[in-house]
Amino acid sequence: MAKITFITSDKETIIVEGTSGSVMQLAVDNNVQGIDGDCGGVCSCATCHVHVAPEHVEKTGKASEIEQDMLELDDNVSEYSRLCCQLEISDQLDGVVLTVAK
Amino acid sequence: MKKSAHPDPFEKARLEKGYGEMNDQDDPVTMILGLKDVRKCAHNWKSFQSGATPGRIVVPSEVNIRDTRQIPFEVDPPAHKGYRDLLEPWFKRPLEAVYQEKLKAQISDIVEEVLTKDTVEVVGDFALRLQSRALTLLLNIPYQEAETWIGWGTHVFRSEDTALDGDKANILYDYIDTQIDKAIENPGDDLYSKLLASEINGKQLTKEEVKGVMILTFAGGRDTVINAVTNAIAYFAEHPESLKQLKDTPEITGKAVEELIRYFAPLTHMGRVVTEDTQVCEHAVKADSRISLCWASANRDAKVFENPNKIVLDRKINPHVSFGFSTHNCLGATHARQIMNILLSTLAEKVTSIDIVDYKENIENLGEFKRKVGYDSITVKFNA
Repeated sequence: MAKITFITSDKETIIVEGTSGSVMQLAVDNNVQGIDGDCGGVCSCATCHVHVAPEHVEKTGKASEIEQDMLELDDNVSEYSRLCCQLEISDQLDGVVLTVAK
Repeated sequence: MKKSAHPDPFEKARLEKGYGEMNDQDDPVTMILGLKDVRKCAHNWKSFQSGATPGRIVVPSEVNIRDTRQIPFEVDPPAHKGYRDLLEPWFKRPLEAVYQEKLKAQISDIVEEVLTKDTVEVVGDFALRLQSRALTLLLNIPYQEAETWIGWGTHVFRSEDTALDGDKANILYDYIDTQIDKAIENPGDDLYSKLLASEINGKQLTKEEVKGVMILTFAGGRDTVINAVTNAIAYFAEHPESLKQLKDTPEITGKAVEELIRYFAPLTHMGRVVTEDTQVCEHAVKADSRISLCWASANRDAKVFENPNKIVLDRKINPHVSFGFSTHNCLGATHARQIMNILLSTLAEKVTSIDIVDYKENIENLGEFKRKVGYDSITVKFNA
């Protein structure tokens, strides 16, 4: 079980819990604004862009090369950017804070 | 070679130089072939613009058959953003449950119908009808209107003997003019009325702007959806095990949609006009010449995709560019994805096998390349 906090561009804070699947799916299921997940989580649409809180980067790890290539050309990218379809929910993610990029 | 295979004609050129060349009505095109280069050029709207003479970024060029600017497709930032922000919520409606239920009913009906027939010509009697009916949902207009569009045949701009047919294009343009006038007289909940009532930066959209959005909506989603649907039927005909896989593991349907769309790349490429002397793939391109972003080639780039020429239905990482990339990525993608998603689950549920009786491939001539994009016709038998 992992507790995950999303902060949307409207500054709304949404705290949800998940046990499995991708963080993107969890966000879509909970109507987190700015996370569309159009491609269903195969890293092709970049509509699930989040910024990981700097102190939580250890929890998420780094983006793969393919994910980095997608992010590189996205708006509003930072060193803390991730596509959350590539974040699998596990205990390791518990407590992570993600700011929605869009 | 299987009948449903779509070979990659770009591999050699992509590996050796990264680009290809084709002529098109004396306005040559440098085709960008690698995934990274395609993405970079798509993102760089300052050097590679869309807001050129209307029709010029399309290959084959539509400069001689169209004066109306397609919106937001042929508009660059910053003006692009106002249009895109206005349209985005409308084109995300396919995510709504009620939209999906209606689409599901439509697709279920047509699949049930073809199951009762001896043989079916998929392009004209299945894909075109399915696409046209689904478009009534996107436009939010009565279902019966689809009959008019089905009557136009499979190509809005093409006829049997020419790649571009001005007379055929005019049928669409005149139709849209008439529909806009009707919506002005009698506003409703349809896309025409919605656009006519919209403002950007305090300025009401003009009739010409509304027409530009509507032409894009009709033209962009016609051949592309028809190709995606038809090619999927051909694929399942030769891969009944895939239908079974979708039936047994429906949770992979979303991944399967992306993978089929990657492999088919229903739109081969899209052009841009170069605004300054520059380089792509260490090759000089001149200001006012054209490049194209070859989605079909990029989707087979072995630097990114393992076994790029194989359909792996549950491919997990799939950063394809069939819906384009960056500023101008496909506005209709949400609608297209829903169509394919529901089509796949309906086929998996109701169809056990499909037999190909006869077919004729649609091969595009692209200078040094020839690419199969779909079928001119393909006759099959659907089995329950």
